[in-house]
Amino acid sequence: MTDVAIVGLGLHPFGRTPGVSGRRQGLYAARAALADAGADWSDMQFGFGGSRDAGNADSLVAELGLTGVPFTNVYNGCATGGTSLALAVDCIRAGRADVGLVVGFDAHPPGAFDPDPTAYGLGPWYGETGLMLTTQFFALKIQRYMHAYDIRPETLATVAAKAFANGAANPNAWRRTPLTPKEILASTMVSHPLTKYMFCTPGEGGAALVLCRADLAHHYTSRPVLLRAAELRSRRYGSFEVFSPWLSVEGGDSVSSDAASAAFAVAGIGPEDIGIAELQDTDAGAEIMHMAEVGLCAHGDQEKLIHDGATSIGGSLPVNTDGGCIANGEPIGASGLRQVYEVALQLRGDGGSRQIPTRPKTGFTHVYGAPGISVCTVLTV
Amino acid sequence: MTGQDRNHPQPGRGVRQPVADLFVDQAEAGLALIGSRCGSCAAVTFPRQPTCPRCAGSEMRDERLATRGTLWSWTVQAFAPKSPPFRGEFTPYGVGYIQLEDQVIVEARLTESDPDRLHIGSVMELVALPVDDDTFTYAFAPVTR
Repeated sequence: MTDVAIVGLGLHPFGRTPGVSGRRQGLYAARAALADAGADWSDMQFGFGGSRDAGNADSLVAELGLTGVPFTNVYNGCATGGTSLALAVDCIRAGRADVGLVVGFDAHPPGAFDPDPTAYGLGPWYGETGLMLTTQFFALKIQRYMHAYDIRPETLATVAAKAFANGAANPNAWRRTPLTPKEILASTMVSHPLTKYMFCTPGEGGAALVLCRADLAHHYTSRPVLLRAAELRSRRYGSFEVFSPWLSVEGGDSVSSDAASAAFAVAGIGPEDIGIAELQDTDAGAEIMHMAEVGLCAHGDQEKLIHDGATSIGGSLPVNTDGGCIANGEPIGASGLRQVYEVALQLRGDGGSRQIPTRPKTGFTHVYGAPGISVCTVLTV
Repeated sequence: MTGQDRNHPQPGRGVRQPVADLFVDQAEAGLALIGSRCGSCAAVTFPRQPTCPRCAGSEMRDERLATRGTLWSWTVQAFAPKSPPFRGEFTPYGVGYIQLEDQVIVEARLTESDPDRLHIGSVMELVALPVDDDTFTYAFAPVTR
């Protein structure tokens, strides 16, 4: 199977950038990724990209150059960036192209998302009666999980505190002020047991990557990162997913577990080999549950791992070293690519003041989104 | 007085109409939710749906859901959802999943919103909940003993 390399990394700072549209933030990231690869837009043989609220990615050709390149818009919720990556990998592996660009960007209005129930196959009543909120799902899922595995609210706060500490060391992050677990626990209760500072916020940002056939990587960089797998899955019967009016009594594996298993199988390495992970942390509880769902630890082991500092920079399994969604916010189209950007940066040793001292050789990313989709990637150097 | 008595639904005799086709025919025997059971694999859904999400079969039959169950998880909605789609006056409200025997776990508004009074495993029962002056939905209330 053809190996795929990431040879260019580009990011527009996340958060709020008044006067710069989400689309322009995507353009900025695309140009940065091309510059990092030392490549021209005219070299690109494909484009995949998307945003939810900030325009059509393929319209970027107006500024990048009208080269006739096939450019596909991706609209896949929180998995938009990951889906673009999966398509790019397949495109290269299929021999359709040697090199191309993946880009994601977004700019959401302040406040919780307010999706239309009918777009998810639900009746209008679901929104009218106050059930159509992602924040409720995150709270309901972690509440059950904390009950099942005896996880304390302090652990949620410790995860959020790590995110803000890592964000403080990341010049591209939105939330850069460290907060103590005590401050996080004392902040406004949004959806019990999750307080204000345990949640990420919809925001703005852009991220882009240049990918190519691994045997051509030396044309662009001396430090390629191999994208060993990028696997997309949708939910199966029995999983507990967002916007579910009902769940089956017997339960089942989450879509994140399915996507992670697939990614590890394709990559040929296992979760025990991973040196850095970026996990979807729409809230502190999600990071805790996703650690186990993707196989990085056993269910219930998170309490000890987190309080021992295992998931901090310098721990045995650093998670969300750039501050994750909690410190960066979640511009949907860009968020999954930010994770890959961060892992690639760490594998290259370019993490700056947040660089993992032992410089990992393997990394993993995970996104999760409505109505039960996930993309996981495995990266190596 | 049980929760059932205290909250017993006005929908049959009042002006409020169901917010959606979620309930058994009121004339039958009191308030109850209606789901679907697959004739092939016995999976139960709520609300009703014409095909089975587990086996893709199309032999779905109406199934009256149990009106009592146990609280499977819960939270409290502390901020006002965007309106629309949200209808009615906002005050913080409980939301939970209630396991109805071995049928299905249903998501619902809760009549209780005090975190100190919500416990996974508590017995809950179905009640009607006004959405606005014209419509009602379903909710679950703790059974007081």
